[in-house]
Amino acid sequence: MHLDMNEVEAICSDLYVRALKILPPDIKAGFKALVGSETGDTAKAVLGTMVENIAVAERTNNILCQDTGIPIYNVTIGRGVDFDGAELKEAIRRGCARSTKENSLRSSVVHPITRKNEQTSCGVRVPIIHVDFDEREDTVAIEMIPKGSGSENGSFLQMLLPSDGINAAKRFVIDRVIELGGRVCPPTIVGVGLGGTSDLCMHLAKMAATRPLRSVCSDPEGAKIEAELSRAVNELGIGPQGLGGRSTSFAVHVEIAATHITQNPVAVNIQCHSARRATATITPGGIAFS
Amino acid sequence: MTHHVLDMPVDEAAVRALKVGDTVTLRQTLFGIRDATLIHMFDRGREARLDLQGHAVIHTAPNVRRVEKSEAAPVGYEPFCIGTTTSMRMERFTRKLMEREGVRLIIGKGGMGPDTLAAFRDIGGAYLAIVGGAAALETTWIEQIEDVDMDDLHPESLWRFKIRDFGPLLVGMDSHGGSLYANVRDDVASRRDAVLASIGAGE
Repeated sequence: MHLDMNEVEAICSDLYVRALKILPPDIKAGFKALVGSETGDTAKAVLGTMVENIAVAERTNNILCQDTGIPIYNVTIGRGVDFDGAELKEAIRRGCARSTKENSLRSSVVHPITRKNEQTSCGVRVPIIHVDFDEREDTVAIEMIPKGSGSENGSFLQMLLPSDGINAAKRFVIDRVIELGGRVCPPTIVGVGLGGTSDLCMHLAKMAATRPLRSVCSDPEGAKIEAELSRAVNELGIGPQGLGGRSTSFAVHVEIAATHITQNPVAVNIQCHSARRATATITPGGIAFS
Repeated sequence: MTHHVLDMPVDEAAVRALKVGDTVTLRQTLFGIRDATLIHMFDRGREARLDLQGHAVIHTAPNVRRVEKSEAAPVGYEPFCIGTTTSMRMERFTRKLMEREGVRLIIGKGGMGPDTLAAFRDIGGAYLAIVGGAAALETTWIEQIEDVDMDDLHPESLWRFKIRDFGPLLVGMDSHGGSLYANVRDDVASRRDAVLASIGAGE
């Protein structure tokens, strides 16, 4: 299959605004579960407003949250795909800028030193593009994540010592969630990275924070910890928007990587309740959005 | 718990009447402000053209459409999606915003800290919590973008919105030392050790 870059540009433009407007079904189901288990009056009212907002966005064809985020494109390329990698990156960038202009999206991206906003949602190394490969024949999947920044500011890395053990990592996660309180727009998905190097550990936390709800860490030890932490965070009483209640997080997700004998890294990255993402799957038969 | 309907701007007595847990609906006018706006106003000494005396500011940077200037769009902007950002980043500006510009109410998400609470007590102000991330709904409470200042900082400009029944908002911090966020924080702190022990991670 040959990858047409004009098509990629159009898809990447479309994906950005789709992600901003339509909340994925797993997150909607997550809201339903939280509404069912919440007991506090204020917390119930706050969750009710969030659910109402999802309906208003769909009814008025508006974006869910004002924060258009930092645009992230995760591209997974299958077997038998013919493409020019440099052109692919350019096409994604053009699509991101086009969506910003055509849909009057707020450009939330600035130069880190001058703070200049190019009004395109693009800048040095942004949009963030990750390319990976899998075994699917004639298939390219592009996932777009507009990563909101109230939650992105809730990011931490700690290079713990091997002698600190896994319990220190769990304590680190709980203490960071406490420290963040309502700032990260709870109910959240708490993404936890365990292992790797410092940069990989942060990336694992981001993968975890943006993983669909009800998905489980592929490592059984990681899966055990995410189940434990998912229960624990909702006993803290932070609640939606930090105003008290049970619904602090939809879930805690864990992703792991092997690490060095001298290291015990833990990272936290948070996804807010507007946990937006959209995916396009390109095959010879056409394009499917999900 | 009382519901208050406030026609903006308001005086000190009106904000001192607000108590934590009360709800508020605002009418008439609301100003949008954010990190860059505040940095330019207070760290770089830039004067705002718009008069904020007795007004409410919301921590926001909106999505807007550029349109031809008209009666409905006096400065050539139409609201598209207007929401709220995390307030805590702007903690160090609250007192200055109240002292120099006369702001009485701050609307945002996530709450603010002890410096803000002290400024509310000393000068007379309150923090009104809005649900973060509920921007599509919030946008339906905004009628028009009436004016914009410092638009070279776009979208972090100083915005003046014409509003219709903006709320209900929850009084999260008041001028009597009350803070729902501090209450929750104390409650969470008292639960921490038991939660850690339950996952075998106690100290």
